[in-house]
Amino acid sequence: MAKPAFETPRIPDFPEIPVIVEGAMAHSRPFVAAPDHQEALGFPGELVDDWHDTAIAKMGEMLGKYRGLRVFLDSCVKCGACTDKCHYFLGTSDPKNMPVARQDLLRKVYRRHFTLAGRLFPKLVGAADLTEEVLEDWYRYFHQCSQCRRCSVFCPYGIDTAEVSMAGREILASIGLGQKYSNEIIGKVHKIGNNLGLPQPALADTLEGLEEDVEDDTGVSVRFPLDEAGAEVLLVTPSADFFAEPHVDGLIGYGKVFHQAGIRWTLSTKASEAANFGLFIGSYENMRKVARRIREAALELGVKRIVFGECGHAWRVAYSFLHTLAGPFDFLDPRYPVPQHIIEVTHDLIRRDALTLDRSANDERRITFHDSCNVARASRMGDTPGGQFTLPREVLRAVCNHFFDMAPDTTGESTFCCGGGGGLLTDDLVELRVKGALPRMQAFKEVVERNQVTHIAAICAICKSQFAKVLPYYGFEMDQILSVHQLVGDAIVLGGND
Amino acid sequence: MGLQVNGKTLDTDEEGYLSNLSDWEPEVAQVMAEADECDLTENHWEVINFLRSYYEEYQIAPAVRVLTKAIGKKLGKDKGNSRYLYQLYPYGPAKQACKYAGLPKPTGCV
Repeated sequence: MAKPAFETPRIPDFPEIPVIVEGAMAHSRPFVAAPDHQEALGFPGELVDDWHDTAIAKMGEMLGKYRGLRVFLDSCVKCGACTDKCHYFLGTSDPKNMPVARQDLLRKVYRRHFTLAGRLFPKLVGAADLTEEVLEDWYRYFHQCSQCRRCSVFCPYGIDTAEVSMAGREILASIGLGQKYSNEIIGKVHKIGNNLGLPQPALADTLEGLEEDVEDDTGVSVRFPLDEAGAEVLLVTPSADFFAEPHVDGLIGYGKVFHQAGIRWTLSTKASEAANFGLFIGSYENMRKVARRIREAALELGVKRIVFGECGHAWRVAYSFLHTLAGPFDFLDPRYPVPQHIIEVTHDLIRRDALTLDRSANDERRITFHDSCNVARASRMGDTPGGQFTLPREVLRAVCNHFFDMAPDTTGESTFCCGGGGGLLTDDLVELRVKGALPRMQAFKEVVERNQVTHIAAICAICKSQFAKVLPYYGFEMDQILSVHQLVGDAIVLGGND
Repeated sequence: MGLQVNGKTLDTDEEGYLSNLSDWEPEVAQVMAEADECDLTENHWEVINFLRSYYEEYQIAPAVRVLTKAIGKKLGKDKGNSRYLYQLYPYGPAKQACKYAGLPKPTGCV
């Protein structure tokens, strides 16, 4: 646990586009997955002998399956609009972290093998062979993209770098070069049911402890049920909500909302994880397998609704892909969205005046909201466009008196990633995470100085853990990050419901 | 990778966590703490011992709340919080203390 050997970037007075430093992050490389972590996911244990041909064949297979990938690789005109939009470029100065350069790592090999000009005149069209050096660049720089898709908002062609880095990672895993962090975790979901590897008895013990804590704090018996057949709602939430802070305070908030609304709910051992890291590694098969647990759990428990807790990419997978991956969900109550976000549940209850809220309970806090990338740019909430931005803010304004937004070019659709998304929330990438947090930390610092903001609230487990880790590097405290439902839970007036 | 303890080389992963839980002995924690320039006090040992006994029962490290509550009961309420645990283990109680206790590193969004 040596102290990190890098310098935390200085927060400039105004956002700055850095002078490029070639190779500044060429040393950043996450641990490679061990053979047993690879094989559990259906990938070869280690780098295969004919990795070159296998990789090209895999690329060909993916180009046939994913039309978007070919369009993204064909359509870049090198206009440069994306170059200063990536938080990792802004924080590291490494030109290979410009989105166009990241795409080009794959694009040059695509051109060499899958375009006529690239086959005949490679040098003229920027085509290149997949050498060991290029393969190494793939491993390093496809793991310096958090798949946040901010660049694609500014690309006039809508090229989605996340799709490119997912494709790159899928090729890498399929030749034996998977990433340890993501693949070990996916294996635990398949085997035990959640990212942590938290078995049922530990989960039950943890939830029982929470019931005691809430009763000690409030005098009200709020339940945190597990595997209760016949409940109305199955709550699928990131396992960090059971384990870590400030996540667990959000889970307490969900429990209080359900309690006060009189909704019978349950957690599930089988689906004790909202996260789906299959997305990060671009593996449709693994994503599907992880998603199907949720359907199975919902059927076994006989629930009528599925609600997702505060997890950014889980909501992307749920909102955008759940029906395709694990549908049909015709056994659920059609009067509610399938699936539904906990923010939508709470928002609806607030709108119907079904919760008694005391905003002054949060008066010591001055809050800003971090839009998590996968919620902001890959999903929606409610029934109007932009609901993923307005609903969480309306909930926050209903539970606290002091709310302030960060600068508009860092929120909503233009939100900056926390710096730890997309399977990069691992200690072996801490330098990248700290540097990639720079744009968000700059925007936070601005509202701290302008509006005396004390806390940043989020609805994503990765964002919460990432901020708890990186805030101290920038002179803040680790506990300045909160769960949105912690603020909800603290404002709810319990009682009158027994 | 390996860790030299009492003349033996113990197998560890890339980040220095023991590969085999059964290799653990109190000197493992001492050697790891020395490398981090951390003096193990009785209070550090309370955390390590609790982690080990919880792991033995549940095959997983305890959640932060479970740990803070248990430490609060043993060492007094003022110490039953994360702030105190971070004073003991500045790299994070879940990770640094688990490592000293010979437990695998907690994975996931934590």
